[in-house]
This record gives sequence, C-alpha cells and structure tokens, in this order.
Amino acid sequence: MPGRMSRGEPLPLVHARGLTKRFGAFTAVDAIDFDVARGEAFGFLGPNGAGKTSTMRMIGCVSPVTAGTLRVLGLDPATDGPRIRARLGVVPQQDSLDMELTVRENLVIYGRYFDLSRAEARRRADALLDFVQLLDRADSQVEPLSGGMKRRLTIARALINEPELLLLDEPTTGLDPQARHLLWDKLYRLKQEGVTLVLTTHYMDEAEQLCDRLVVMDKAKIVAEGSPRQLIERYVTREVLELRFPAGASVDLDGRLEGLAERVEQLPDRVLLYTDDGEAAVVAVHERGLRPESALVRRSTLEDVFLRLTGRTLVD
Amino acid sequence: MGRTLRVVEYCARVYRRSWRGTLFVTFLSPVLFLGAMGFGLGGFVDRSDGLPGGVPYAAFLAPGLLAAQGMQTAAFESTYPIMGRIVWDRVYAAMLATPIGVRDIVLGQLAWIGFRLVLVTSVFFGVMVAFGLARSPIAVLGIGAATLTGLAFAAPIMAFTATQRNDQGFNAIFRFGITPLFLFSGTFFPVEQLPTLLQPIAWLTPTYHGVALARDLALGAATLPAALVHLAVLVGVTAAGLAAAFVTFRRALVV
Ligand SMILES: Nc1ncnc2c1ncn2[C@@H]1O[C@H](COP(=O)(O)OP(=O)(O)OP(=O)(O)O)[C@@H](O)[C@H]1O
Ligand SMILES: [Mg+2]
Repeated sequence: MPGRMSRGEPLPLVHARGLTKRFGAFTAVDAIDFDVARGEAFGFLGPNGAGKTSTMRMIGCVSPVTAGTLRVLGLDPATDGPRIRARLGVVPQQDSLDMELTVRENLVIYGRYFDLSRAEARRRADALLDFVQLLDRADSQVEPLSGGMKRRLTIARALINEPELLLLDEPTTGLDPQARHLLWDKLYRLKQEGVTLVLTTHYMDEAEQLCDRLVVMDKAKIVAEGSPRQLIERYVTREVLELRFPAGASVDLDGRLEGLAERVEQLPDRVLLYTDDGEAAVVAVHERGLRPESALVRRSTLEDVFLRLTGRTLVD
Repeated sequence: MGRTLRVVEYCARVYRRSWRGTLFVTFLSPVLFLGAMGFGLGGFVDRSDGLPGGVPYAAFLAPGLLAAQGMQTAAFESTYPIMGRIVWDRVYAAMLATPIGVRDIVLGQLAWIGFRLVLVTSVFFGVMVAFGLARSPIAVLGIGAATLTGLAFAAPIMAFTATQRNDQGFNAIFRFGITPLFLFSGTFFPVEQLPTLLQPIAWLTPTYHGVALARDLALGAATLPAALVHLAVLVGVTAAGLAAAFVTFRRALVV
C-alpha cells in the first residue's frame, strides 16, 4: 500500500504521530497519526471544524505543534521551520493576496521571499501566470479579479519556489464547475511532475478525482483512512437506493423499512437504503405497500462513506 | 539579514505605487507650519520679550517641529498600515508561509519606517535651510535626531498595534498621546513654561529628548553629555519597543 512505512522504503514526506493542536483548553486536533509518501496525493476530508486547517497549518510550519511528533521533509518544524517552508507551496483556505500590488508583482515579491533573483522571479511569474491562464491580467490590480481568478493566482503564487510538497486547503471552494475542472487539471499535471499534494476538501468528487489516499477527520480525530475505493468497500454497500416521499409522509415510515437494507439513513429530504442490490430493494419497498414519489438506485460514493462516519452531509 | 531586507523590499514596492502623493504633503506641511507659526506667530514673540539668548522664534521652533514631524510620521506609519498587514490583508501571514520569520517582519518593517523617516525629515530639513533656519554647521544631524525620535515611537506603537484587532484604539493614541506630546513637549515653547509639577513628566517622554537634541544641534548649543542622555533615552525606548513588538507580533501571527 502506498505511503506505508516499512524498512528500506524512503522516509515519508510528512510523518505525524500523536499530532495534537490545542487552542487554550480547546483541542482542535487530537493525537492523529498519518504519513504522506513522496509523489502521493493525500486528502483530508471532514465537516466544518473537524481540524483540517489546523492540521494543514502545522504541516506548513506556521502553527506550532502542541504535542506529538511531526516531521515534514524529514525535518522538525519546531527547529527547521524556514528550511522546510523554503520547499513548500501553500494555498491557504483564505486568500492572502496583496491588494496593493499587481497580479505579477504578487508573484515576483513572493519569489523574492524565497531568495530568487529578480530576473528569475519575473521569469517564473510569467510562466506561472501562463500556467493558470492569467497572463493577460498580469498588470491588473488583484482586487477586481473574480474569486476563481484569485484562487488561481494563489495557486500560482504557491508554485513560485517549485515546491516538492504542495499544501492546498480547500483549493476549489467557491469556484464554478468549469474553474474547478481547470484547477483539477492543473493539479493533476503537477502530480504527474512528481509534486506531492496534500489537500483538504468538502467535495467528494474532488477527493475521488485527485486523492490516492485520504483520511476522514471528525471532531479533531481521524475516523477512517484509505483509498477512495477502499473506504467505499469498507464502510458502505455497493449500491444505494434513494427514496423520496411526499412531504409529511416520512413521519410514519418508522419501522416500515426495517430489514430491507443493511442500513437505513433518514435525511430531512430523503431516505437512503444501503444494499448490494438496489433493484431488489425497490421491489421490496413496493411489496410493503410503500409509495415513494421517486426511487433512484445509484453506486455508493465517498459522500455515503462520509455520512456514515460523521453522521453529516459534506456541505452543510 | 537577507530575509529582513526582503521585507524592506516589499514595503518599498508598495511605496513605489504611492510616493508621488505623499511627497507633496511632505513638502507642504513644513512650509505651512514654519510660515504660519515660525514667522507669523514668531513675529509677535520676537517683538515682545523674545526667547532667552535672543534666538528668533522661527529658529527655535523649526528643529522642534522637525523632531515632532518624525514622531507624527512614525505614529501614522506604525498604526493603520501595520493593522492592514496583520488583520485586513493578512500580508504578514502570507510572508510567514515562506522562509521569512516573525523577527524578519518586525525588523524589516521598522527599518522601512526608519527609511521613510529619513526621507520625510530630510525634506523638512531642506525647507529649514531654505528659510535660513539651520544656524549651525551640525544642524544636519537633526535629521538623525528626528529619525530616532520617530523610531522611539514607531517600535512601541507597532507593538501596540499587533495587540489590536481593529483600529479603534488608534484614536486614543493620537488624541491622548501624539497630540498632547506635540503641543507640550517643548516643540512650541520651552518645557520650563509648564507648571512645575508637569515638567518631570515632559522629561520622561521621547518627544522632549528628540526636540531638545534636534534644537541643540540646530542652534549650535549641543553639549556632549546632554546629547548622550537624549540619545540614550531615544535608543532605549526604541529597543524596548522592539523587544515588545517581537512578542506581540508573534502572538498575533503565530497561533
Ligand atoms: N486560532 C484559533 N483559536 C481558537 N480556536 C481555533 C483557532 N483556529 C481554529 N480553531 C478551532 O479549531 C477547530 C478546528 O478548526 P479548523 O479550522 O481546523 O477546522 P476545519 O476542519 O478546517 O473546518 P472548515 O471545514 O470549516 O475549514 C474549530 O472549532 C475552530 O473554531
Ligand atoms: Mg478549514
């Protein structure tokens, strides 16, 4: 399995054991263990407040570790912060672009922080603006850019030092579908070039598309770990039957779906039946005299895993 | 060192986009103040008893204003722009994701303010010379005195700014700090004119020492022991402010 440590294999790029972050008495990250191997795309999934950003900030060496062990690129963030950060690219959850500078200047000055020469910083800035399709906006101010353009600029900025490890905290939140696909494409190309990706997301399709391996976080802890496929196999059935009933009908469903599926999940707007044979379940539902407004059989997704593990839908 | 310089470079890059506007104000303020207070009001003062030693009021006032200009420029530069970079635009947070560290940010930012102070007080000094108000060959050292006066404010105010989450506290700084210091620390009249009880308070302020140093230099009245005391106070306050800023910036930026 990729990323598993054993003798002879190279050290993981990120290695965490008992990693903990507390803000005062509040524990945001509670003794989590994980490893990220070189070249891998690794995801953190979890509902709001699960501790994803807190974890990412510790990996990015901008937030001190409260307890436990953390090694990034084989180094200790507590003592080697600047050396580690020199080899990281960071896309924070909240854009922190400089509104007083132009699009190009944002990249050039960032390159200077990494000690690039002015000429080299400018060369890379233009190449990256081309990469994220913002070259025609190079001399514009940042403020009037759309949200998606700002996000792309933030990603370009994170690449100015040609990082080995790219940390992306909700890289596509707030983007329209087209912009998201564009970004996935860019990230996929970076991965092909050997850049290791660590990302957080609320989007299941994003996780399925991009991540080789992921962990689900809930309430400061890791509750599951594996590849998207493994997680689906482990935590949910092959298929899901989605039933919608006329408004008000769901109250008297109590007990009437029992035994029809391995697990029944009642959501505000629909009922999910987890079963390996969706069609058979549809028939069984009708045999019990139930008349759903609609019945849809689909393959299980990470979304279902998420619901199962955290009791919540992803985007709440 | 290199990383600190990158922070200075950042500040310079931002300034490059706005220097034209500020330059005009930089010229205008000394011309207006020296014209109105120095020569207008000064005409009255000189016609009555005048100042001890027969120094024209304008020549007395100008170096005081020079130091006060350092203070005021520093107070502005270490409040709103710094708050913007900590809280509003999160520019420092973006820097901290690179090899730049908190100390680099504090030192680089303060060095930049020092550079701005040299610029502003040099312009002021140029206006003084044009008005014939620099009466000693070493008057030019007043630029250094005024810059140091500014730093003695910039460092502690930067430290304060990093403890704030919005700009409401700044009003108090200007209203109850900078304005009274501007009026009562020897800029417009010798502190000996203050009620006896208040005089020791004036001596404790960096403004008093900056004004006295710049004035002694401009009037050719500087003595080494007095100058050293003034310098020690200004450097001491700057160093204490810097130490405090290291702590408060870290608290604000590293969580
Ligand atoms: N600086 C801070 N001080 C106090 N509490 C904090 C701080 N930063 C985060 N927290 C708390 O830690 C918990 C985890 O926050 P975190 O930002 O890591 O969650 P997240 O998984 O990234 O959530 P989201 O999906 O909403 O981004 C939250 O309860 C949050 O309020
Ligand atoms: Mg987050």
